[in-house]
Amino acid sequence: MSFSSLPKMSLARREALAGYAFVVPWIIGFLIFTIGPMLASLYFSFTRYNIIDPPQWVGLANYERAFSGIWDAIRTGDSRQFGDPLFWKALQVTIYFASIALPLNLAVSFLLAVLLNQKVRGINLWRTIFFLPSIVTGVAVTLLWVRILNPRVGILNPFLKDVIGIQNPPGWLADPDWAVPALVIMSLWSVGSSMIIYLAGLQGVPTDLYDAAKVDGANAWQRFWNITFPMMTPVLFYNLVLGMIATFQYFTQVYVATSSSIAGLGSPQHSTLFYNIYLYQNAFRYFDMGYASTLAWILFIIVLSLTALIFRSSDAWVYYEGHLRGRI
Amino acid sequence: MSKVLDSLHWLIASAKGHEFLFKGITTLILASGSVLILIPFLYMISTSLKDPAQIRSDSSSLIPRKPKTAEINGNPEPLYEVTIDGQVHEYALIKNLPDGLGQFVDPTRPDIIHELRINNQRQLYRWDIHWGNYPEAINAMPFWRYLGNTLIVTFVGMVGMLFSCSLVAYGFSRFRARWLDLLFLLLLSTIMLPSQVRLIPVYILFQKLGWVDTLLPLIVPQFFANAYDVFLLRQFFMTIPLELDDAAKIDGANPLQILLYIILPQARPALVSVGIFHFLYAWNDFYEPLIFLHSRENWTLAVGLQTFDALYTVNTHLIMAISVLMIVPPVLLFFFSQKIFTQGVVFSGVKG
Repeated sequence: MSFSSLPKMSLARREALAGYAFVVPWIIGFLIFTIGPMLASLYFSFTRYNIIDPPQWVGLANYERAFSGIWDAIRTGDSRQFGDPLFWKALQVTIYFASIALPLNLAVSFLLAVLLNQKVRGINLWRTIFFLPSIVTGVAVTLLWVRILNPRVGILNPFLKDVIGIQNPPGWLADPDWAVPALVIMSLWSVGSSMIIYLAGLQGVPTDLYDAAKVDGANAWQRFWNITFPMMTPVLFYNLVLGMIATFQYFTQVYVATSSSIAGLGSPQHSTLFYNIYLYQNAFRYFDMGYASTLAWILFIIVLSLTALIFRSSDAWVYYEGHLRGRI
Repeated sequence: MSKVLDSLHWLIASAKGHEFLFKGITTLILASGSVLILIPFLYMISTSLKDPAQIRSDSSSLIPRKPKTAEINGNPEPLYEVTIDGQVHEYALIKNLPDGLGQFVDPTRPDIIHELRINNQRQLYRWDIHWGNYPEAINAMPFWRYLGNTLIVTFVGMVGMLFSCSLVAYGFSRFRARWLDLLFLLLLSTIMLPSQVRLIPVYILFQKLGWVDTLLPLIVPQFFANAYDVFLLRQFFMTIPLELDDAAKIDGANPLQILLYIILPQARPALVSVGIFHFLYAWNDFYEPLIFLHSRENWTLAVGLQTFDALYTVNTHLIMAISVLMIVPPVLLFFFSQKIFTQGVVFSGVKG
């Protein structure tokens, strides 16, 4: 590409053209792999489509299938009234997991980051250890946890029984009431990735703020609450938004933990039927691409609304340094 | 006693004491947390070296071991550390009796039988490490094939990612144009897009192209840049002084030459860190390989290991051996590049 061969163009014009030229790979990718497929899946969500036969327009039938019976179910309190009870089960499982795992993960990783930001001996070793699990996420680690949590051959229950003294430790992944808490424990083990983002944020807090507070006689707790915490709210916000989105895409751990059990994906008794597992089943087990696209779009709208909600609320609790500076 | 009180007073009353106390508690929490983090790793490694019989009978031990035995009347019998009248002996258990009692004998004098409560005695073990689990596990699956596929997906994808993301990040960091800012916002917003909403048509597209069940769907999209890595690289490119570009421009360099000879050499730490992140992502990825790869010979390690588990789930020792092999490369990479790692994370946004 020779830019000097375009003498008639103004400098600004040439600069703009070069800029666009460099971002072309992404624009093409965006059209082929993002916006095009998004529109296509919106179209498929109004069709019956099994890949082999051409898609067949069915109007709102897929959406009706997901949402039908909702009023009857609410009125009678009977989940069998739902047109597709598994869709609601999947939503319920995902929201249940999110409501325990997200706050716990945010809090634990924040506290760990605060501790790992102290000047204590061996700090690099501690940081390495806590970050380690987030490097090896995936199949191997899930297979490991399936065995640790196994009530017959695992090590967690003997520990709970012999060291803590719990007489009847739960069956974890084998028990419908304890399968989600078991997954929460697994997720807590790998808080390292959000912890390291907090840690980076903590290291960016200017030390002169602390020095000024010390001069004013603020104690450690006041310094934490009035400087560290407000300065960290943007990171908290970032971790909250990305954590929420990740929860709705939660897949590998559940798939690996449940697909080889006799009861199958989402077992026991659909207690781990996460939204993304249900979507995968419809798309790649039943090849019901129309309904799976509908599920994908419902997911997209839920995630979009929750993100908008968090963004909306952020004015009230997220502190941006720049804003304050602007006012002064 | 007064010394104890003095030091307590020092801890509570003086500023130095507070700091000491605070650091002590911090270290204590970090140390116990580290134990919780490391035990699963230890369990993974030790299980990969155990005899299958131990996994059934003595599974909660973190040490690959075997009961020590002694030959009594031609039979191997388990050895115990037995306490009789305050004296410790190594006796063999030859018979279990009702009510948790057992008959113990001294292996050198098997004629004298002692009846003792089994739970009060300590069973003796010896190390029993089965390195052979590793070759056995590797031979039980097409391990090298899976590894080869994983390496192709990881490294060819990495080349594509580095190539495309450098170009795009350069475009977004060094040029002024009307729509570029808007395009950049659009790019950032795709970070928050749940991939499911585009996955099905992408699958159908690859199917129509005949690419399903090849490695192409995992590699080709990498050549079209992705929001995360573009963002990271752009943040780094922004920190490279513009004067360097200007000097090169005066020397007659075109924008592509500036990228190649000025920006990229300066941005090596950022390139290495997005490369490492990509390695970790591609090496561990399970969702897309599961969807796009159907036949055994095309699987990556992640899918191969999951299927191996589905078929031979009772062979815990073999599955843990492959699991150990699978986490070794990321862990090694992490240890060798720790500094770059933390730098990369600092750049990954928070400050952006």
